[in-house]
Amino acid sequence: MLSEYLPVLLHIVVAIGFAVSALLVSVLLGKSGRTNRTKDTAYECGMVPQGEAQPRFSVKFYLVAMLFILFDLEIVFMYPWAVVYRETIGADKTILWSMLSFVSILMVGYVYALKKGALDWKN
Amino acid sequence: MDYFLIGTSLAKIAGLLAVVLGIMNYSVYAERRISALIQDRLGPNRVGPAGLLQPIADAFKFLLKEDFTPGHVNKFYYWLAPCLAMIPAIATLAVVPFGSTLFGVPMVIADINVGVLYVFAIASLGVYGIVLAGWSSNSKYPFLGGIRSSSQMISYELSLGLAVIPIFLVAGQLRLTSIVRFQIEHGWMIAPFIGDWTNIGKWLLAVPMLVSFLVFTIAIFAETNRLPFDLPEAETELVGGYHTEYGSMKFGLFFLGEYIAMITGSAIIVTLFLGGWHLPLPSWHGGFHWAVVNGSAPGWRGIIGGIFNIACFFAKVAALLFIFIWVRWSLPRFRYDQLMRLGWVFFFEIALVNIFVVAVIVAYISK
Repeated sequence: MLSEYLPVLLHIVVAIGFAVSALLVSVLLGKSGRTNRTKDTAYECGMVPQGEAQPRFSVKFYLVAMLFILFDLEIVFMYPWAVVYRETIGADKTILWSMLSFVSILMVGYVYALKKGALDWKN
Repeated sequence: MDYFLIGTSLAKIAGLLAVVLGIMNYSVYAERRISALIQDRLGPNRVGPAGLLQPIADAFKFLLKEDFTPGHVNKFYYWLAPCLAMIPAIATLAVVPFGSTLFGVPMVIADINVGVLYVFAIASLGVYGIVLAGWSSNSKYPFLGGIRSSSQMISYELSLGLAVIPIFLVAGQLRLTSIVRFQIEHGWMIAPFIGDWTNIGKWLLAVPMLVSFLVFTIAIFAETNRLPFDLPEAETELVGGYHTEYGSMKFGLFFLGEYIAMITGSAIIVTLFLGGWHLPLPSWHGGFHWAVVNGSAPGWRGIIGGIFNIACFFAKVAALLFIFIWVRWSLPRFRYDQLMRLGWVFFFEIALVNIFVVAVIVAYISK
């Protein structure tokens, strides 16, 4: 069972090795020039940087992240349902109606978020 | 320790990486040549015949440029971010079957039973690379790019996750090799004329499958930050977006990681919807039927069959990559509110309704 995952581990190690070695070769081969104070400042199209480096941003981004977690969980709940669906559906159709009712409850929340304007980026 | 397993796995990883990195390099070249063709100019044609050695010149340029770390960045995360953009894109390929068998060895690195879950788990780590790059750069444009990108990628992950559920409903499996085998027996998900084409239920299922395929493909465009969804690095507004403060190979890893992510995304689309490594050949030997070529035949026929399957798989991937490039140079960029509306309202609802259309068809018509 666990030996199935050994190649996955090997593959991930190779992927990490590739990324790290690419950076390492670049560090070793890259010519380094002189540094000065201007070279160390943040890039703002050649002007002197103004204000905070990380300005305040719209609260909408937080809302999207929260809604994502909510609905992504819903989707994960649907995966095991979908996998056993075909072998269970035979005579008894309960599995279809139970998922429909589950999703329709969630859709109330979705419609609420939509009507509240949580996903409206125009204003 | 199972040395045979380790040995064959390492050989497969090396072979797959060699092919994928080759495709990556030449997809950059193809992108530049095709964009030139579309815009009626020449494109790179100086290095080697028709510019074919351009990727090698580019690689050396990435490696030989000054490796500069600006003073105002958060050093650890600044260095971690490019690795995180590259590693998940490569690691996702571990479960994708890229061929049938060759010398009796199955052409998939790890045939695990949670295949699709692994794909989503690892592929969604890619967002960390971009967010960390934006945050650790301590600069306005990268910061805005990183924030935009995190929001965009998680939004389209919903449509991505919903669009694959119809496949599980029909195939009843999360294992990618089983999904490919299902498509060989019953026809590709979006091509019902392959296999037992007299089955009415299959033709009915092909319609929602096509919807699923389109939603999934467009969501992959958004996940890989390709035009028309490239707002995280919109040049006209954000200079370079999240990688504004990066140079040399650190920028190279972002740039090439995007292409690897495109290849991985195409490989997953091919595996889920386009029959994986399978190419049906019509045969009239004893009445018309679809012949399946694979690597199980004895002797050299098996070897040629195995190589043919691998070639089919990568040919399909290359065709999808061409579409990626074609779309990039044909469509303008979305506005941010249009992008979010498209993901959250349009695709989310279509994909959700689509699941129940498939569920009802499976329940009442195509058992």
